[in-house]
Amino acid sequence: MNRASLIFAVLLAVLVPLSLLAGRVWIDPFDIAGSGIANAALILAELRLPRAVLAIIIGAGLGAAGAAMQGYLRNPLADPGLFGIAPMAALGAVASFWLGALIPPAWAAWSLPLLALIGAGTGMALLALIAGRTSSDAAGGAGGGIALFTLAGLMIASLAGALTALAITLAPNPFALSEIVMWLNGALTDRSWREVMLAAPLVAAGIAVLALAARSLDALTLGEDAARSMGLNPARLLALLVIGVGLTVGAGVAVAGIIGFVGLVVPHLVRPLTDRLPSSLIGPSALAGACLVLAADSIVRVLPLVTELRLGIALSLIGAPFFGWLLLRMRRGRL
Amino acid sequence: MLAAENLTLTRGGKPVVQSLSAALTPGTITAIVGPNGAGKSSLLLGLAGLLEPAAGSVMLDGQALAAFPPRTRAQAIGYLPQTADIAWDVAVENLVALGRLPWRDRGTAAVEAALCALALEPLRHRPVSQLSGGERARVLLARVLAGEPRWILADEPLAALDLAHQLSLIAHFKACARSGQGVVVVLHDLAVAMNHADRVLVLKDGRLIADGLPETALAADVIAQGWGVAARWLGDAGERALVAGKV
Repeated sequence: MNRASLIFAVLLAVLVPLSLLAGRVWIDPFDIAGSGIANAALILAELRLPRAVLAIIIGAGLGAAGAAMQGYLRNPLADPGLFGIAPMAALGAVASFWLGALIPPAWAAWSLPLLALIGAGTGMALLALIAGRTSSDAAGGAGGGIALFTLAGLMIASLAGALTALAITLAPNPFALSEIVMWLNGALTDRSWREVMLAAPLVAAGIAVLALAARSLDALTLGEDAARSMGLNPARLLALLVIGVGLTVGAGVAVAGIIGFVGLVVPHLVRPLTDRLPSSLIGPSALAGACLVLAADSIVRVLPLVTELRLGIALSLIGAPFFGWLLLRMRRGRL
Repeated sequence: MLAAENLTLTRGGKPVVQSLSAALTPGTITAIVGPNGAGKSSLLLGLAGLLEPAAGSVMLDGQALAAFPPRTRAQAIGYLPQTADIAWDVAVENLVALGRLPWRDRGTAAVEAALCALALEPLRHRPVSQLSGGERARVLLARVLAGEPRWILADEPLAALDLAHQLSLIAHFKACARSGQGVVVVLHDLAVAMNHADRVLVLKDGRLIADGLPETALAADVIAQGWGVAARWLGDAGERALVAGKV
């Protein structure tokens, strides 16, 4: 375990109990049964614990995906949300509001996450289909791969965004409209162990796949030709990236909606604590992403607002200024 | 032996190297020269196995390079690209250690040897953003050396280096050749090729117009044919200077 992993693991160990105790009602850690709060143990077991676990899972997935994407694109401003998979997952989820009547009642509860996963899968397939169509004869050799990947991702993101906007515009009823908009903003409110069970294996598998790509991402530090000369297989790396990012981001969107900027911000927090190679970043970024989402979700719970601030909004409020700060640093040549 | 056999390479569907044959021997420095757009860098990519032949083949020790698994090929051939855009501000020793990726080991001894060969030990912890152009060129070559390849293929490694650093890098290439490694370099400076290469391949429009000892391959008539420039060599062997005349 490197230094960055250790730091964020310790931070996570501190944040988890704090997150369990914090909320509209604070729970006394030394006297849960006698805390005077009815069903305190139930609140912990059925509300806060699954929510905390889900925050950790989603944050870990987004953090790892961000580190991998920045390594692949060799660009510290890359974010997994830019590349079509999250918008496609969101489109799938929005479709569930439209297709509700067609879905058998037994499947109704699963329709949103499953359609979101189908959307993410479709995004992954499109991305692989377009970006995978390169040959060593293409202009720039396999270099076409990364440029194509970026452009294909932006195209898919743009299309999915437009279709989602269309679905919102033509919402079947005001209730559905409100539900869609609220869901798109991302939140962990009222999530249960069911969502944990759905997301956990997918995100874990996604992080494992991204870890397999780690050393290939290191090779890209020197550019694509040098990386290929060191034995990099571009097709294998592209497949690992699409599957890994698809599973981590797609599963996150499926259970919590769009949660942006985590994948962008987290690798920047981690990088100064490592040797800066992508392989050193993926594990600690997963832990740091877990910390960030867990902390943000705990904060939105305790803010004295009439309705709980959506987690996606809160993270964007933090992430957007951070992005601006990164751009300023880049202008000064310090990135 | 690294050999191009009737090799044709295309980029974007257009031929950049046409029906080229040349067998390169280890333990020597081979320079590839030619005017801009002659196909030098494409040929080097082809010899490195990074550009798939449209026709013909590249053979490494009698086996088609295209059939080698990428890692096996990478263990045999180290490639130094022309441009070195380093994405992350890593420390020198970590960058040099990337040369061990084909072997999937830490290769501490090889990394140390590469750092030592290029006098980089004092800089080992320095971030690459804080290196001068000459130091950076040495670090990038050290990355290739750390992989202990049998062949070193370098694309214009002397470009943008001052005279002292050019000579220093040439000395390292000579040391590699003396130790039995095959060294193939794309060069623009014909005097460097004349004075330091064991063999010169001259390309024009993707075709080999001369191949042999520097004195033969870079004779005035070849330069006239390749570059359209009247030129003559001054000085003694090993210290020749090129004087270009009328176009």
